[in-house]
Amino acid sequence: MNCTDFLAKLTDYFDGQIDPDLLAEVKQHLGTCHHCEVVVDTTRKTIDVYRHHQPYDFPEELSTRMREAVMERCKATGKYPDVEKRASKPTGT
Amino acid sequence: MPSPTPQTEENLTDLVPDLPADLLAEPPHPDVALVARAKAGDTAAFEQLIRQYERQIFRTAQHITQNREDAEDITQDVFFKAFQKLDQFQGNSKFSTWLVRIAVNESLMRLRKRKTSKTVSMDQDVQTDEGSIPRDFAEWRPNPEQNYNQAELAEILRKTIAGLPPGFRTVFTLRDIENLSTEETAEALGLSVPAVKSRLLRARLQLRERLSRYFGKKNEGSAKL
Repeated sequence: MNCTDFLAKLTDYFDGQIDPDLLAEVKQHLGTCHHCEVVVDTTRKTIDVYRHHQPYDFPEELSTRMREAVMERCKATGKYPDVEKRASKPTGT
Repeated sequence: MPSPTPQTEENLTDLVPDLPADLLAEPPHPDVALVARAKAGDTAAFEQLIRQYERQIFRTAQHITQNREDAEDITQDVFFKAFQKLDQFQGNSKFSTWLVRIAVNESLMRLRKRKTSKTVSMDQDVQTDEGSIPRDFAEWRPNPEQNYNQAELAEILRKTIAGLPPGFRTVFTLRDIENLSTEETAEALGLSVPAVKSRLLRARLQLRERLSRYFGKKNEGSAKL
């Protein structure tokens, strides 16, 4: 396995979706190629740093404002008042 | 006294051959009941669904549009559209994946409006080979968190992901930040699984390459933001 072959398998390797024979080849390549070892390590850190450090905050004030606005729009459609009608309607069998 | 044999699905059916299959199936996702209640007109159930997914939808929209006001509008539109189309949700996919699909469509539409002279789609700029072949082999030591404070790190991450083409940015956001499976990402974006894998690889490598400017060992001290 060379570096190009290794790169082609990188996504499957990260996602754990690689068959055992190929995994052995990947590990063998990683043991001998420092460049690919660095690529794996720094790509994993790339994923981790984005997963653990959300660059966009989501304050409670924004959450409340958006949720109230959505619920107002939903109620304005008149869809939910049907519940009251259904509740008052006799349930005949 | 010997300990009892663990009850696997197989030996349960052996012991009780007439056990109904639905007792062995995985329990339904809690969203199924919430969606059913919301469809029946339960406002509290729909509000609960908003609470559960508003953060994910907002972040997805902000990652794709790179604009906070747009992300706020999109998040509201996504939940309003979901409310209007609730009867069309058949439960064939997760409710969250269904919401994400609406959010991606709304976000890409917003980008198209912003760039009236350019078409913006999942395919935009994805043909580029830039960053798909690693060139920087510097190790990241110490770890990124150790060289920058929270605010600096957040700015680096924002600037770096903003430089990716929308097609790559979206796949990376759904798969690696929001933790959707490859199959769910493909479903949400209307792409094939191989297309998602290919874009994900290139997105990860491009981001890695760009972040190396800040985190690479060759940089003694912190790079300028």
